[in-house]
Formats: sequence, C-alpha cells, structure tokens
Amino acid sequence: MIEAFYGTVTGPLFDLLIVLIRIGVVFSFCMGLVVVFTWVERKGAAYIQDRRGPNRAAILGWRAWGMFHPLADAIKFLFKEDFVPDNAHRLFYQIAPMFVLAPVILSVAVIPFGPDVSIFGRRVMLQIADLNMGILYIFAVSGMTVYGVVLGGWASGSKYPLLGGLRSAAQMLSYEVSMGLSLVGIFMVFESVRLSHIVMEQGGLLFGVLPKWGVFVQPVGFILFLTAQFAEANRTPFDLPEGESELVGGYHTEYGSFKFSMFMMGEYLHMVVGSVIVSTLFFGGWQFPYLADTGFVLPWGWTLELPEILVLLMRTGSIFLKSLFFTWLYVWVRWTIPRFRYDQVMRLGWKVMLPLSIANILVTGLVLLLLDR
Amino acid sequence: MAIGVKKVARPGKMSFPEYVYLVEIVKGLWLTLGHMVRNFIHQERILTIEYPEVRREMPPRFRGRHRLMKRENGTPRCVACFCCPTACPAKCITIVAGESPDPKVEKYPVRFDIDMLRCVFCGLCVEACPVDAIRMDTGWYTPPDGTREKLIFTIENLLEK
Repeated sequence: MIEAFYGTVTGPLFDLLIVLIRIGVVFSFCMGLVVVFTWVERKGAAYIQDRRGPNRAAILGWRAWGMFHPLADAIKFLFKEDFVPDNAHRLFYQIAPMFVLAPVILSVAVIPFGPDVSIFGRRVMLQIADLNMGILYIFAVSGMTVYGVVLGGWASGSKYPLLGGLRSAAQMLSYEVSMGLSLVGIFMVFESVRLSHIVMEQGGLLFGVLPKWGVFVQPVGFILFLTAQFAEANRTPFDLPEGESELVGGYHTEYGSFKFSMFMMGEYLHMVVGSVIVSTLFFGGWQFPYLADTGFVLPWGWTLELPEILVLLMRTGSIFLKSLFFTWLYVWVRWTIPRFRYDQVMRLGWKVMLPLSIANILVTGLVLLLLDR
Repeated sequence: MAIGVKKVARPGKMSFPEYVYLVEIVKGLWLTLGHMVRNFIHQERILTIEYPEVRREMPPRFRGRHRLMKRENGTPRCVACFCCPTACPAKCITIVAGESPDPKVEKYPVRFDIDMLRCVFCGLCVEACPVDAIRMDTGWYTPPDGTREKLIFTIENLLEK
C-alpha cells in the first residue's frame, strides 16, 4: 500500500505535478508582485512628492493604506467597454497587447529561485526550465516585446501611437545592443550562459572576503545593464515612447479597457522580470552572502550551523528581497530623474553605452588573460 | 539710448561628476529618499487636505455656494424681484414668482433654482439683491455630485443653510 503510494508519488505524474506547481508559483509570484508594485509606485510617488497618495478604496470600511486600489483598477478595467477604433487594423490591434504581455511572462521561466531541493528523495530544481542557453533565451524572448509596442502603435491607425511605437522601437533596438554586450563580461567571468551555473558560481568568494557577485566582478557591466534595462522597460528617464506632453499617451493612446491594462501589466511585469534578472546576474541570485549549504561560513573562520530548511528559506528569500529592491529602484528613479530628450537617449545609447560595453568586454578579456597566466 | 542688453548668466561648463551624471543620479535619489522617509515619519506634516472629511478654512470674504436668507417667521426673504437673474452674467438663476399670502409682502419665489454648473461665482446676484436675501458666505464651493440634475439647486437646498 505504502509502496504503491510511493510509486505514484515518484512517478511521471509527480513530475508533471511538480512542473505545474513550479509554473503556478512563479507565475503568481510575478503577477502578485505586479499588483503590489502598482500600489508601491502610486504610494511611493506620493510620499516622495510630499503627498498622501491613493487611500480611498475600502473593503468594509477598511482602507488598507490604499492597497485595494489595484483591485479597484482591475475591476474597472474589466467592466469598461472593449472598443476598437474605426481606423484600427482589427487583428493586429487585438494581438498587440498579447505580444507585450506574453514574452515577458515567458522570460521568467529560466530564472533559478533557489538551489535544487529533494522532495520524496527526488531532486527538484526551483526553476521552471534550466536551459543551457539561459540568458540568451531571455534576450530572444524579451526582445519580442518590441513587436507588441510597434504593432500597437501601427495598428491603432492614429498618428500619436505610431510616433510612440516608432520611438519605442528605435530605443529598444538601440539599447538591446548594449544590453547584450554588457553581459558578455559576465559570461566570460562565469564561463557559462546557463543561469543556474552563473548563480552557483556567484556563491564563491572574491579575494577571500567579498562574495563573488556579478556586481563586484563587473561593476561597469552592471551599470550598463541596469541602464539598458530601464530603457528596455520604457521606464523613466527613458519613457519617451509614452511622452504624455507630446504624444498623448504614446503607443497605447487608442487602447482602452482590459487591452490597456494588458499593456500596463506588460510594462510592470517587464520591470519585475528585469529586476529578477539583475539580481540573478549581478547580485548572486538566491545566494545569501556567506551562507553555505550547512550554514554561515564567514571568511575569518566563524561558522554557524543552520537547519537545511532555514538555509533554503533564506536563499529564496534573498532573491525575493533583491528583486523587491530593484523594483523599488525603478519607482525611486522614476520620481527622481526627469525624462531625457529623444536625441539624448540616442546619443547615450550609441555613443556612450555601446563603446563602454565593448571596452568592458576588452578589459574583462585582458584581465582574465592576465589572471590566467 | 538703445534697447538695454541684459547679460543673463548661462550655466557654466559642467564639472566631471555632473558630466558623468551617475553621481548626480545618486544625489537625486538620496534627496527623494529623504523626502519619503520624512513624510513617513511625520505623516501629519503632509500638506494634503483629505477633502470630503477635512475642509480648507476659507477666508471670510470667500464667495462660495449660495444660500437664501429667511425672515424671522421662517419664510424666504426673497421678494422675487428678478434683480439677481437680470444681473447674472451666466444666466443660471431661474425664478418663478407667486403672490405672497402675507399682506405686507407682494411676491415670493415659488421656484428659485441656481444651476451650479453654470454659475461663475461672480457675486453679482448678491450685489443686486435689494433685500439681502441671497448670500454667498457658506465658505464652501459646490460639493461634487453624480448627475447634472442634482447640481441644479432648488429653493429647498438653498434655504437649508
């Protein structure tokens, strides 16, 4: 009886179940973060600007510091009329929001959220798919969001969305180049593009003291990648595709109801995924500083034994906190820095970021070569 | 003398940290963080007035929502002389006069509607009134409402205050 149960538990059905649970957990984690993030953005913006922010939506008189506002927004979007403008290309107009949302959700599939764990004696990785081309997959998939933006801009059949879509396309293509190149240094140092391997490598120590995080071995690469991420997510100071002052609302001017909310969700999800990627590549992913499999091991020989489950929780918690910090950074930067002019964005992308990222590759290669000797 | 030429000081050449911009970003982030932390700690110092619950104290001569005055016996002071609709530049006052039951008073308003959506709050009606029947000293602007019809104030609303 018990053996039979054990057989079903460890059989192919178990694998399927584990895969589904992993997808469910990661998906709801990201979506939940998006919901919380919209709240954090509005409230954070308010407090930075000496305001109070949203605090009206209430359930049974409980306002929860405006935390029900995302819920109210969702309900409002769901019940609004779902219209298509006369001039719009019907099919592409409908497809565009999906093209924005889907690739971003897909790209989170390769992020490792923790080390392998064993459940019922089977190794289970805390990652939806451990692709050997890891980060390249993220580039390939998240590069597709630009189609959604351009498609949305063009298919609306209106001039402001078209201009916004074109701006966005130019911007995303320009920064895609330096984003890719800024990570080459990381690949060279950690000798892999597989994300689980990169995270494992970051568990080591640099000079015996510092954790060997990407940000310490590739500081220039980190700054370049972070900047490119901001540009990719169409986020201030690079949010001119939706420059309200000159383009009404940019590429989603003609969108309403839930299609608009899909654009918004795509944008926020982009930031969430972007911050998860930054913390995975440059801040050690699930690695907790000085935390080995058995517990804390500090460089000067002090150790502290910890139970396995606590170590696991601290590790998954650490990537969670790191991602939260970077999502907060998006909000923080948005309410600090004014928007760039279009020519400034292009100049920064091609004349500063690109040469710097290439120089970073050269210097990294040189240093690695010299260290090898 | 020719037109005076005024030399305006142009921003000087940027220093290196300003040129690199990253340092300036960090400075800006520090500033905004300071604002946020201060607002979290001293919530009461935030200047936001939470409108429906808390109302701003208006100066005493603020021209706000109208009110109609009453006589000592409770009937409206208005004698339906049509001075205020005549003075009104927005044509927002509608009066229907009726014969007053009081022998000392000739007329009284059967209807006295002010379309608050058209009113420009100029106060000319108050100036025009010969019997001081209409005043704008409620110290509050038109409260928001759901429909246009609700914002046409009738004599009942106006006499309330």
